[in-house]
Amino acid sequence: METIDLTTCTLRELNDRLQRQSEVTNENQWEVLNPKGAHAIAVGLNAPLEVLIKGSTGYYCAGMNQKAEIIVQGSVGPGVCENMMSGSVCIEGDASQYAGATGQGGLLTIKGNAASRCGISMKGINIVVYGNIGHMSAFMGQSGNLVVLGDAGDALGDSLYEARLFVRGKVSSLGADCIEKEMKQKHLDILQDLLTKSGADADVRDFKRYGSARKLYNFDIDNAGDY
Amino acid sequence: MTNQNIPMTTPVKPWTFDDYTNSYIRRAASTGIYDIRGGGAKRRVPHFDDLLFLGASMSRYPLEGYREKCDTKVKLGTRFAKNPIELDIPITIAGMSFGALSGQAKEAIGRGASAAGTSTTTGDGGMTPEERGHSSKLVYQYLPSRYGMNPDDLRKADAIEIVVGQGAKPGGGGMLLGQKISDRVAEMRNLPKGIDQRSACRHPDWTGPDDLEIKILELREITGWRIPIYVKIGGARPYFDTTLAIKAGADVVVLDGMQGGTAATQDVFIEHVGQPTLACIRPAVRALQELGMHRKVQLVLSGGIRTGADVAKALALGADAVSIGTAALIALGDNDPKLENEYNELGTTAGAYDDWHEGRDPAGITTQDPELSARLDPKTAGRRLENYLKVMTLEAQTIARACGKNHILNLEPEDLCALTIEAAAMAEIPLSGTTWIPGKTEM
Amino acid sequence: MIYLICKILIVFITVLQRMSRIDINLLINVGVHKMCGIVGLFLKDKSLEAELGLLLTDMLVTMSDRGPDSAGIAIYNNSKQQCSKITIQSMNPVEDFKEIKTKLTQLSGADLEVQIVDTHAIITIDSKDKDKIKQILKSSFTNLRIMSIGDSIEIYKEVGLPEEVANRFGLSKMTGSHGVGHTRMATESAVTTLGAHPFSTGEDQCLVHNGSLSNHNSLRRKLGRLGVNCETDNDTEVAAAYITHKMNNGFNLGDALNASLRDLDGFYTFLVGTKNGFGVLRDPIACKPAVLAETEQYVAFGSEYRALVNLPNIDDAKIWEPEPATVYFWEH
Repeated sequence: METIDLTTCTLRELNDRLQRQSEVTNENQWEVLNPKGAHAIAVGLNAPLEVLIKGSTGYYCAGMNQKAEIIVQGSVGPGVCENMMSGSVCIEGDASQYAGATGQGGLLTIKGNAASRCGISMKGINIVVYGNIGHMSAFMGQSGNLVVLGDAGDALGDSLYEARLFVRGKVSSLGADCIEKEMKQKHLDILQDLLTKSGADADVRDFKRYGSARKLYNFDIDNAGDY
Repeated sequence: MTNQNIPMTTPVKPWTFDDYTNSYIRRAASTGIYDIRGGGAKRRVPHFDDLLFLGASMSRYPLEGYREKCDTKVKLGTRFAKNPIELDIPITIAGMSFGALSGQAKEAIGRGASAAGTSTTTGDGGMTPEERGHSSKLVYQYLPSRYGMNPDDLRKADAIEIVVGQGAKPGGGGMLLGQKISDRVAEMRNLPKGIDQRSACRHPDWTGPDDLEIKILELREITGWRIPIYVKIGGARPYFDTTLAIKAGADVVVLDGMQGGTAATQDVFIEHVGQPTLACIRPAVRALQELGMHRKVQLVLSGGIRTGADVAKALALGADAVSIGTAALIALGDNDPKLENEYNELGTTAGAYDDWHEGRDPAGITTQDPELSARLDPKTAGRRLENYLKVMTLEAQTIARACGKNHILNLEPEDLCALTIEAAAMAEIPLSGTTWIPGKTEM
Repeated sequence: MIYLICKILIVFITVLQRMSRIDINLLINVGVHKMCGIVGLFLKDKSLEAELGLLLTDMLVTMSDRGPDSAGIAIYNNSKQQCSKITIQSMNPVEDFKEIKTKLTQLSGADLEVQIVDTHAIITIDSKDKDKIKQILKSSFTNLRIMSIGDSIEIYKEVGLPEEVANRFGLSKMTGSHGVGHTRMATESAVTTLGAHPFSTGEDQCLVHNGSLSNHNSLRRKLGRLGVNCETDNDTEVAAAYITHKMNNGFNLGDALNASLRDLDGFYTFLVGTKNGFGVLRDPIACKPAVLAETEQYVAFGSEYRALVNLPNIDDAKIWEPEPATVYFWEH
């Protein structure tokens, strides 16, 4: 177990050491102390490391993560896991806006609440939020799955492409071109798989599915009001 | 009783409702959709042609060609990066996506630019392996859409260009219509094939220069502070935008005026939003000077750069380098009169063809159609681009020597004069034959 | 209740534009957009009042990265009954503040106290005399600027790194019931004191802002026609003037902020201070960051969570992000 304390070590040193670890490293367990809201912690990792961050972070924690498994014992600022490619990240507290933005893979679990624009422009990432999510979530979501055990704010799934949204609680309002869709067996399977992987305690039958109505896929003047 | 000898007045078409305007109204009435096209602003605006160099005289001595050297090397990104980009010439290739352009066109650009010792830039769609393979120096664009963005490519790049806006549409996002979303493009962008791509106009995870500073920190951390970070802005508020880009931590500012091209956007955006390139330079340079950052944070200017004279004038006004997009495509063979018959079939003529979004380019450049794109031979076209870049460089050197400079960056505003009052005011250069700069000095 | 000595803060300083270095037309056309850090602290527990300055200074300095060019703080200090304070600022304090007490007493005949704090000075007077003193300052002391006026409020703002600004004013030793602070990333290179926040447009009122208003020019002209004049082309000043104008016309703070959702266009997070409380509002799109923390002892606001990490018992606080287009308000 390697321990790095951000009161004595710089951010550059932390990220440099983590980024230098290759696929076959002996040092694959790391602990980061005293993050105190700092930005860009554990970004650009590219090996199956296990990183435990003890405290709350600022913006872009775990940005562009590949293969690493990261746990934050605290809350995170805007853009956690932005553009994540693979690996898994678990936030025990709350996440700020843009959680999982443009993520292409991997699993992001948020045990508290996520704020606005959760999963914005998602491109394959899976996000599971135990609490609520804010407005404009999954805006222009292209692919991947967003699972919310709590409530969703206004304009959910505005301008959605093919991302799948599963919400157990209330949805304040749906965004342009986003509609409720039928839950078929394959969707129940996907949902169950994600709930299990993230350790969430919920029954798939309590969820509703939302997706794109696909009316904005090719421009039609009669849909101009939706733009 | 009618008098048949009354002469008619000559028919006059109104200036306000000219032929073009009437055709625009008819098209809108018939389709119910705005007109989308590629390219930059077509209308005439004050530009570099309205400036002239003074040259040598009794008080200023020229350099001999060939023997007395005039250096053209430029370094971009010296502020924070460990590995700034070193260019042999002060002309780079602007961002154009694979998707907007064919694979062959991107390869040709890579070959030509690398042979000339300069960089190319990816576009809204990500980095292709061919592009990385053919470009000796590749700038990776970081756009609101984040199509294809990934850390492996980020680490392969020689620089990162964060796109805040571009000259053709400051405030608009990318646009690629279904006809060009081929299998390969769809896969790279993670979109269903054949649909119209809608692009965000703001970045998804930051808003404002205070956030941008943190985003730049993140990108530097991911790339080990090795490579330069550029910030690209359209010609909106160049003084403030440049100031804020510098304060947010940019190594290089790329400034694109309204003549800068796009693959596709609404015509109304291109023609009516954003300032001419000539009007953007001095405010941007002033911002750099006031912050003590001129030549420390480099300024790359684009939007209608066509000749060595344009290059020299841009540098004289304070830029460190220029970037070409449209001009590069024309060098490859875009809008060539040889293909006039085919342009006529498309309802247009060589030089006016701008419906690039339809993907039917006879020159095979702005298309994904395999038959059409096969018409462009990357090696030959690459050679043409290399030739063109070399000619522009030689022309700029000729001018610089005539002004007595042994490095092209030693050109200065005092080497210029203006032919029109507008150009004099915009470029802050005296009207030829006078000491008058409108708004700044007495006549 | 025990009131501390009132100080008077002078609210607006006429902006002097450095014509030689800034193109006036650019400034007017574009306005000055606020990209920065905001902090605020509202104390519920009186035993923390002695530490208000210390806590607020730490929050302010943490936000230096977002705004390195200048900083400002508004502190609300319980007022003596019938007492008002005017804070004034000078570019040449040694010269201008010499014998200012004597001069003002002579001109006004009023009973007053003057306390000098670096480039600022606090004039304490009987409430009945405040308008008289204000007039005298405006007419006879044109080289001085009024930062704020009120029974509780004191505003301090200067150019420079937030940490230096805080040191100059001894902010960490100040006490009070609530306060609001701002660190600024200026867009003009000739950074001015007057462009810094907080802006005050009314007694005991102040506003700090993170974001960029897009219709501030039209709004400035409209307010001008209603008799509310702004002195700078700062978009924040317009927002502050708008809120004051509404409150002068019978709106309470909550209603004034709600009205602003309709009339102000752009991106903004506002933190507003009043004599007895403070309020937070984010625009409907809500892209600019905002974090609130509440315990039994206080309510705190910061542009980033980082600003709050050293507050007492922060680990047990309720932490959340304000919803868009929703007014949050706390009052003593």
